[in-house]
Amino acid sequence: GNWSRLMAQQALSEDSLLSMAPVGNVTLIHVTDIHAQLKPIYFREPSINLGIGEVEGKPPHVTGADFLKLYKIEPGSPDAYALTSEDFVSLAKTYGKMGGMDRVATVIKRIRDERGRENTLLLDGGDTWQGSYTAQQTQGQDMVTIMNALEPDAMTGHWEFTYGTDRVQEIIDTLPFAFLGSNIYDAEWDEPAFEPWKMFERGGSKIAVIGQAFPYTPIANPRWMIPGWSFGIREDDIAGHVEDARAEGAHVVVLLSHNGFDVDRKLASRVDGIDVILTGHTHDALPEPVIVNNTLVIASGSNGKFVSRVDLDVKDGKVAGYGYRLIPIFSDVITPDADMAMLIEDVRRPYAEELARKIGTTDSLLYRRGNFNGTFDDLICQALLQERDAQIALSPGFRWGTSLLPGQDITIEDLHNACAMTYPAAYRSTMTGQMLKDILEDVGDNLFNKDPYYQQGGDMVRVGGMGYTIDPNKEIGDRISNMTLLSTGQAIEPSAEYTVAGWASVNEGTEGPPIWDVVENHLSKNPIVKLPDNQSVKLAG
Amino acid sequence: AAAFMVLGPKMTYAATEQTDAAIKAFTGGAEPAKGKISLDTPEIAENGNTVPVGVYVESPMTADNYVESVVILADGNPNPAVATFHFTAMSGVAEAKTRIRLAKTQNVIAVAKMSDGSTFIDTKEVKVTIGGCGG
Amino acid sequence: MATPKPRVKVPKTASQGEVITIKTLISHPMESGQRKDKDGNAIPRQIINKFTCEFNGQVVFSCDMDPAVSANPYMEFTAKINEPGTFKFTWVDDDGSVFETENKIVIE
Ligand SMILES: [Mn+2]
Ligand SMILES: [Mn+2]
Repeated sequence: GNWSRLMAQQALSEDSLLSMAPVGNVTLIHVTDIHAQLKPIYFREPSINLGIGEVEGKPPHVTGADFLKLYKIEPGSPDAYALTSEDFVSLAKTYGKMGGMDRVATVIKRIRDERGRENTLLLDGGDTWQGSYTAQQTQGQDMVTIMNALEPDAMTGHWEFTYGTDRVQEIIDTLPFAFLGSNIYDAEWDEPAFEPWKMFERGGSKIAVIGQAFPYTPIANPRWMIPGWSFGIREDDIAGHVEDARAEGAHVVVLLSHNGFDVDRKLASRVDGIDVILTGHTHDALPEPVIVNNTLVIASGSNGKFVSRVDLDVKDGKVAGYGYRLIPIFSDVITPDADMAMLIEDVRRPYAEELARKIGTTDSLLYRRGNFNGTFDDLICQALLQERDAQIALSPGFRWGTSLLPGQDITIEDLHNACAMTYPAAYRSTMTGQMLKDILEDVGDNLFNKDPYYQQGGDMVRVGGMGYTIDPNKEIGDRISNMTLLSTGQAIEPSAEYTVAGWASVNEGTEGPPIWDVVENHLSKNPIVKLPDNQSVKLAG
Repeated sequence: AAAFMVLGPKMTYAATEQTDAAIKAFTGGAEPAKGKISLDTPEIAENGNTVPVGVYVESPMTADNYVESVVILADGNPNPAVATFHFTAMSGVAEAKTRIRLAKTQNVIAVAKMSDGSTFIDTKEVKVTIGGCGG
Repeated sequence: MATPKPRVKVPKTASQGEVITIKTLISHPMESGQRKDKDGNAIPRQIINKFTCEFNGQVVFSCDMDPAVSANPYMEFTAKINEPGTFKFTWVDDDGSVFETENKIVIE
């Protein structure tokens, strides 16, 4: 109840959340994967996030109670709530929502005040402009306005590119800071298309920041929206920039990366001379850096839940020590920055009525994160099956999308937090059992390939109307078995045809109503969401 | 996920034997050695219809010690042959790039023949995927 | 098929002995011979099968192409410049057509 909530929050204070023994003369502030969340939200971290091969059982592939044990976090504590899915609903009621860009603004201001503006760098790892109704309506402009007010020093991107070449270029031309993308090339002449890195002077030191956009943007998202740009990991290019930066006198080299955690861990092991990798894309939040080959790999979470502060002691031209704090943004504890709060209200005002429009209520916890399913996707799959009259539904394994507690209303804002995107068509088509198997195998390999450089960093495609067994440790072609049509209990036959509905196809010309209309229509007929436990995916091996 | 290219008509793909035969034909029967040649390909193709492929071969590239040619093969296409680069001392460096078609996930193979007749090989797997999903 | 249009990127100047990078493209469908039309008939192969770069009449680099080379074939390679002169680039089509373009380079 209210009393325990107040008691719990009393133990928390803005000062205690921000307090940290200062180290050295330079501070990096990192935010990433905000996914256009301007207001405080609930966001449940995954209960299952498997690591394959060498990274099995290593962070970030540790969840729940194991995570608490690894980092010596008290069950039921604020950190347990912020960092794991353990006891999520009850702790969410105790500690309240997380994030909110006005709270993030307060934290950034306080760090800058404490450390000195001339000694800090604010770096945005991307996936900033997409993920909400207002971002969708303004083609990212709401987030650009808000981020500009925070005055970052550099950013890189991923979902940004789903606004298409023209819009991305238009925004970048107006940005008062650098949009860095070492790995983005002109597809025709194979020449760098973006500024790859930039030198900054902070705390009397030269700091080179190399930007690395999501390497698989034209594969995970529609290539046809950005036909002139080619991406890729391009490890040799990064090594080249590190060398150039050192030759130009860099004391510190930072990789502002949207590679995903395992890709960055491998990259750190292979490319020497990077002091800090600020990683993004896989939405992991870790309370300590993972150190690989003398590189600090920092994972700052998503959705505005955390701000990372990395203090560096730069001595004799190199990093001699560091301090780190992953600052959880408890929205009830951190005072909103008044100017930013006003700016947020300004950008949301034209849409306020629609954002608040109630379209249902949920009795179940709605969330997305997890390797195999999430209840919000179960709801989307139900809507697809019924509204598109299909036997099988497919919903992409995105890692963005906020959570709703049992008993909460579902508003237009909540729905769009789960599906706002520029290619929302809910298609309906016929696929053979073999095609369905090929899709599951293909996505499974993008997630569970033993070599991180072959991983794309999402989660398994969610299925409705079908069950299957997966053995993540097998090779492509052998991971998926026991595919079953749930409506009949019959095995999926390779040569038989099935009616399949899905959304977010990367293919140009995909037809169908936008997914948010499909879900809203479904909710208008079924306004109270109550989801059974999803038992349709079995884990083998 | 959820984004699905229409899978092409069933095709017959180059067998390993066909690829091995193409290598032997190029080397004159010799088993090429590892080293000296490096093949540069993306881990995952953005578009199977146009996959960038680069080769570099260590060589002084003088009139009497140079890389004569490099053959590029793909063992999962209907036919393994892709292209053959011919260098001269005037190339300065034995380095070239082109863009190729890969019907599915497969190995790309590059074999270099030096002016003294010795041969070197490098192989990289390139994944061709249907795409979709993301964090 | 529209007339193939070659495009090249060659530096205008080089220093004595410099190794320069040359990039070339030619618009061409590179019809592989593997595709079928909508009636199920095989579309005959028609590709650019040979590319050559000469400098002052001597071959610098050439490439034999098979149908697995992408449409609008792209070729990137190097040339060591010991004297001023003219590059001549030649593409040969299966049907015997030849497409050419030239670029001059001076020593600075
Ligand atoms: Mn993200
Ligand atoms: Mn991302």
